[in-house]
Amino acid sequence: MKELIIISGKGGTGKTSLMAAFAYLAENKVLCDADVDAADLHLVTAPDILEKHDFQGGNTAIINKDKCTECGLCIDLCKWGAISETFEVNSIECEGCGVCVYFCPEKAIDFPLNTCGEWYISDTRFGPLVHARLGIAEENSGRLVSLIRQEAKKLAEEKGLDLILTDGPPGIGCPVIASIGGADAVLIVTEPSVSGKHDMQRVVQLANHFKVPAFLCVNKFDLNKDITDEIEKFAKEKGLTCLGYIPFDQIFTKAMIQGQTIFEYDSNSSSAQAIRKLWESLLENLSVCMKDK
Amino acid sequence: MIISIASGKGGTGKTTVATNLAMAIGSDVQLLDCDVEEPNSHLFINPVFEKTITVTTPVPEIDEKKCNLCGKCDEICQFKAIIVIADTTVMTFPELCHSCGGCEKVCPENAIKEISRELGIIQKGYRNGIEFVHGKLRVGEAMSPPLIVRVRSFTKPDKFTIIDAPPGTSCPVIASMKNTDFILLVTEPTPFGLHDLKLAVGAVKMLNIPCGLVINRSDIGDNKVKDFAKKEGVPVLLEIPFDRNIAEAYSRGDMIVEKLPGFKEKFLTLHDNIKRIVN
Ligand code: SF4
Ligand code: SF4
Ligand code: SF4
Ligand code: SF4
Repeated sequence: MKELIIISGKGGTGKTSLMAAFAYLAENKVLCDADVDAADLHLVTAPDILEKHDFQGGNTAIINKDKCTECGLCIDLCKWGAISETFEVNSIECEGCGVCVYFCPEKAIDFPLNTCGEWYISDTRFGPLVHARLGIAEENSGRLVSLIRQEAKKLAEEKGLDLILTDGPPGIGCPVIASIGGADAVLIVTEPSVSGKHDMQRVVQLANHFKVPAFLCVNKFDLNKDITDEIEKFAKEKGLTCLGYIPFDQIFTKAMIQGQTIFEYDSNSSSAQAIRKLWESLLENLSVCMKDK
Repeated sequence: MIISIASGKGGTGKTTVATNLAMAIGSDVQLLDCDVEEPNSHLFINPVFEKTITVTTPVPEIDEKKCNLCGKCDEICQFKAIIVIADTTVMTFPELCHSCGGCEKVCPENAIKEISRELGIIQKGYRNGIEFVHGKLRVGEAMSPPLIVRVRSFTKPDKFTIIDAPPGTSCPVIASMKNTDFILLVTEPTPFGLHDLKLAVGAVKMLNIPCGLVINRSDIGDNKVKDFAKKEGVPVLLEIPFDRNIAEAYSRGDMIVEKLPGFKEKFLTLHDNIKRIVN
């Protein structure tokens, strides 16, 4: 079984539209939306939810006023300043470290587990999808990402499917680290802009740091050919393969508005052709990098 | 006054709005780039940096000679950053540590002392009247909120402070938006833009901070974003139509208030409107 994660560092490079296009092309796969903070893949895949589960992660302190003697120890101990002078815990500020709970001389602080999101197993016209929704302002996105990756793996094993295709989160922090660790490969989707290039270089570093093989593709490549050349040069220096170039095309937005992949919207468009080529070379490279393992 | 510029979805033009607003205002303005995972504002502002600070967080180190393997540190740590295995070994995982100080405090043998883990760097500089500060998370570091808090500590109360927030609605975004006077949300009129805007408006409501909306590439999609804004009572303060010249200027790192006519005025009007709403 292979697990491919699509990431971009910078948002808005077209990662999810590309992921949806791959969902159309790929066979025998499980889809996984690991962008749990702003999951968008369901807007194109229109899932039928088969299973729904709560995600519990982390605890929050709550002071029981009846037991509290207002000694003030918890206020001094809390490194996040989450406890007010009137002995209320601000649940947004509370990191869930439990230090106040442990040291309160009156055992006056409760520490319930939070339900901070939901995760789902769904059916889509492209096959099974594992996805999630993190509550607003919640932490533990990394843990939720790890959980749905595990569930996607389980599902692939059960159904005998040989590919997991995962839409990863933006950035380089906790959820991204959780989404790429131990994956077979990442595909980095970049765009030729000063920001796109800068952010791509940071995700390439991240993939190297965690020793995950990385491939590159440039979306909107004709928006700024000079920067596309610079990206190509950078890729060469780092020994990365740039697998494809997709033109700057409003068709992606049009397809998205219809809730369709680009192949369903117009499979003859030059962008659709470019993605088909990209996908084919991705599959070739994926089997090569699996053999090396 | 402190405002933050945020968007549920990445790549909607948050940085474009933050940098062009700062440039249009031009003086007595601070721009703090709190998108520490992928900071981009400096690519447009091109500040001359005069100071770089390394930011660290305390993590435990155990003196094995003193440790009696009592297991109390393992018990208090909520983040599995210290583990005592089978009464024979104690191990720390500094990258998982949230620096709560619990283990050090609980250890009966005084076997734990603080060392530091690097979170990243902060750089400070200027471009004309703009004071610029950004954080850069170390590659491989998972926790951005403590670095964001440190970037925000550069806020000067007598200035107009603009915070460029990271995308999404989870903890790093909240760390960038909380305790500000106004939140400017940037979106695009597409299904993805709308979906993520709804989440962002949910976060803003939870924080109970006034907000307004910028619709970028305002003519590429449908009307649903506007309908939603109207229903939620979120004022649309600026619309930027799609223009390949803007996209190309952005790709080169050019500022639209400098390269395209009429935009400086638009951003100054935006500034006035924000001040009017806050006061
Ligand atoms: S430590 Fe316990 S008793 Fe003391 S103020 Fe806090 S909650 Fe109340
Ligand atoms: S659990 Fe930790 S962060 Fe939360 S209030 Fe107690 S000491 Fe503060
Ligand atoms: S609390 Fe101190 S003595 Fe006990 S296991 Fe931890 S380090 Fe060792
Ligand atoms: S400081 Fe807190 S989070 Fe870090 S290892 Fe100690 S108990 Fe765990």
